[in-house]
Amino acid sequence: MAIEREIERPRPRLIPWTAKLAEVPWWALFILLMGVLIAYFLFTDAIYQDALQFLIAGVRLTILVSLISFGLALVAGLIVGLGRVSKNVVYFNLSSLYVEVVRGVPILVMLIYFAWVVTPLTVSILNRLGTAMLQNLASGSLVGLADSLANLHIQDVEMTVRAIAGLAFCYGAFEAEVVRAGIESIERGQMEAARSLGMSYFQAMRYIILPQAIRTVLPPLGNDFIAMLKDSSLISVLAVRELTHLGKLNRSRTFRTFETWNTVTFLYLILTLSLSVVVKFIERRMAFEE
Amino acid sequence: MKNDDIIIIEHLYKSFGEVEAVVDASLRVKRGEVCFIFGPSGGGKSTLLRCINGLEKPDSGTIIIDGVDVTDKNINIDEVRAEIGMVFQLFNLFPHLTALGNITIAQEKVRKRPKDEAERVAMSLLERVGMPEKANAYPIQLSGGQKQRVAMARALAMNPKIMLFDEPTSALDAEMIKEVLDVMLNLAKEGMTMVVVSHEMGFAKAAADRMVFLDAGRIIEQATPEELFKNPKEDRTKLFLSQILY
Repeated sequence: MAIEREIERPRPRLIPWTAKLAEVPWWALFILLMGVLIAYFLFTDAIYQDALQFLIAGVRLTILVSLISFGLALVAGLIVGLGRVSKNVVYFNLSSLYVEVVRGVPILVMLIYFAWVVTPLTVSILNRLGTAMLQNLASGSLVGLADSLANLHIQDVEMTVRAIAGLAFCYGAFEAEVVRAGIESIERGQMEAARSLGMSYFQAMRYIILPQAIRTVLPPLGNDFIAMLKDSSLISVLAVRELTHLGKLNRSRTFRTFETWNTVTFLYLILTLSLSVVVKFIERRMAFEE
Repeated sequence: MKNDDIIIIEHLYKSFGEVEAVVDASLRVKRGEVCFIFGPSGGGKSTLLRCINGLEKPDSGTIIIDGVDVTDKNINIDEVRAEIGMVFQLFNLFPHLTALGNITIAQEKVRKRPKDEAERVAMSLLERVGMPEKANAYPIQLSGGQKQRVAMARALAMNPKIMLFDEPTSALDAEMIKEVLDVMLNLAKEGMTMVVVSHEMGFAKAAADRMVFLDAGRIIEQATPEELFKNPKEDRTKLFLSQILY
């Protein structure tokens, strides 16, 4: 048969070996090599082992803070994203105000602002609320709550909590834009068909538009999660004991700058690269399903 | 005495910016009547149809559906829409749901029918449009004609009082038009109130009680198919018919 004969024939060398070499992902091999090198040190070198032991708690907190902040950012993103496509003037304008403000302020500044301006302000409002409640309530189950509100101190609000709120606030605006783009990628006829069947706007969103939008939205959301994990290093300025801050502490504890920052960088790369593999996998599955 | 006009449109105006899509349109459709709207492209046919279930908001005029003024802001438009089925030119099936899911979703969420009842209704409708074996197929696996039949089943599942058709065969290959028109003919025979925007003159001859000619947003002429095909009164209608009929 013709096909068999074609297989039997030795393949002519049409692609020169230099071109094949050019297709090898050298960058990945380089990362792998550096990874193996640092992993080798981590297993054999006492200074590296000491650094790793000190830093591992920071890895845990970095992951925890990223997960919680991103979860909150997703909730905010969904609410604000729906506002960005809403025909309600108030809802739309409030959402746009939030998105534009966040986009215009550096994340680092926003984090500091949350820690030192928003938190004290919130605490003093809660204090006043608690005092007012105490004056108006003689007894009842709410007295306990009012009492704790009135006596809340700024120091009671942990830096980790302030950092999470700040990160979630920043990324909520980014996720809102992702959600908006996802909703706008669904053709208008889908909403019209749903409404013509008697569904309300929110039923149409819930059952028709959002389930379709989630497919386009998942890869950018994954990328944003990686970006947030990296930006969580910024909260080290609030002395939250995440990976970067522990890196600083380890350096001043041991004076081993080289080993400390090698290990910190290596740990971040492990986190982000493995996450980006997951995102690529999701992306490919979405592409197949279409 | 009960009013037998299920759709009453009076002095309807609608424009998009500078373009006047519908100008002073008045139209009454009786219960069980098949009203066929035709005319040149951009003549305002679709806009008029879309005003009936509130997909477009008219600038002025009134539309009364079964005694309810749909231009009134205080009525619940969702309740009115549930009684009006609509079939679109581009089908607008929900791609993330199977044929069965497309037909059951509004029954469950709007009519609050239990899942098994909704599925029973959906299956009997799929048999009626001749494709029960495609219940679990996704829209992407269906041909154009099959998609449009599922779309009709989806609309019928709500037990609508009125069915609106917005050029239901315009996006179909020639050999698929018949399967869609057959379903529509059966519907007409069963006494469904239908408003059909289309270019299928064969369907008009076979099923329409009345034909409405629309040009540049104005209703130019209305008559029964026999009258209109034999001796159209207006010059504009004559010209249009002479251009589309061989």
